[in-house]
Amino acid sequence: MNALLPLAVNFALACFALSMLCALIRLLRGPAAQDRILALDTLYINGMLTILMLGIGLGSALYFDIALLIALFGFVGSTAMAKFLLRGEVIEP
Amino acid sequence: MTTADVPLWAALPAALLLVCGGLLTLVGSLGLLRLDSFFARIHAPTMGGTLGAGCVLVASMLVSSALAQRLVIHELLITLFVLITAPVTTMMLMRAAIRRSRE
Amino acid sequence: MKRPPLVPLLPVVLALVWLLLNDSLAPGHVLLAIAFALLATAAVRPLRPLPAWPRRLHVAVTLCWHVFLDIVRSNIGVGRVILGATKRQPTVGFVMIPLDLRDPHGLAMLSVIVTGTPGTVWSGLDPATNVLTLHVLDLQDEAAWVHTIKQRYERPLMEIFE
Repeated sequence: MNALLPLAVNFALACFALSMLCALIRLLRGPAAQDRILALDTLYINGMLTILMLGIGLGSALYFDIALLIALFGFVGSTAMAKFLLRGEVIEP
Repeated sequence: MTTADVPLWAALPAALLLVCGGLLTLVGSLGLLRLDSFFARIHAPTMGGTLGAGCVLVASMLVSSALAQRLVIHELLITLFVLITAPVTTMMLMRAAIRRSRE
Repeated sequence: MKRPPLVPLLPVVLALVWLLLNDSLAPGHVLLAIAFALLATAAVRPLRPLPAWPRRLHVAVTLCWHVFLDIVRSNIGVGRVILGATKRQPTVGFVMIPLDLRDPHGLAMLSVIVTGTPGTVWSGLDPATNVLTLHVLDLQDEAAWVHTIKQRYERPLMEIFE
């Protein structure tokens, strides 16, 4: 009965690993620069969800902070790259 | 306390939410491969970013509340943050793509 | 005329975020949260020339519920499009929607709602004519999209922010 949750955690982990693989293929193939940035954006969200999944699976609250930090830095990174594509520079005078 | 000790009232909905979230995120990322133009592809990861992440975070709230035996809702922070910030990147990418496809 | 809201929004939200982040309601943390919220609000005031004054919060609650329903619905829709992509690629397209909403906070909320819902991406607003360009993944019925955006999202946002 109680094997239900670990089973679901493993299933979701497999799903996120496969999605990260999809994003990685698009990252390597992607014809234009915006495709690669979109793939990186997907990659960090999937990575954050994987970390959360490990947190549920291992029953530890530490992973929450790591997930929060990944969400923060992933947002800053992909926004900076999108801004660079849009304007040619990140911080405008 | 480990995952096997989570009582059934929390484990059942959490497992369901995890399966839903995993499948949604997988379909969203699959869209990156299966759709053939960038303007179609930009819609795909939003699936994983909204409902996929939401399902996983609610499941995480359920499990950590059951393990700590009190209400733990700090996963709400990640949900709100992702919900607010993911559209910003998407909008910027969209405008960059429109500019670059015009040139 | 604009009236100030019942509670100052920014400090309250900041204090709640602090308490959530520390995951505790101990008196020390509550004190720190209040001090932090007031300090941060004072420090940030010169950066925000336009304070937001949302009103009629019950409209906001129904709007949130509608947005949640639409996110679930369009997740299913986009999922079906992706899984059926081997047979038929979706017809992407732009829709032009003239907006009546002028408040910058309302427009920001509208852009986040529209982009956060899978299947539609906000792709620009002409500041002179106030015409929104919306990118839609599977464009079948243009008039339906205009109707959805204007009735379902724009009207409650105008009630809240104007």
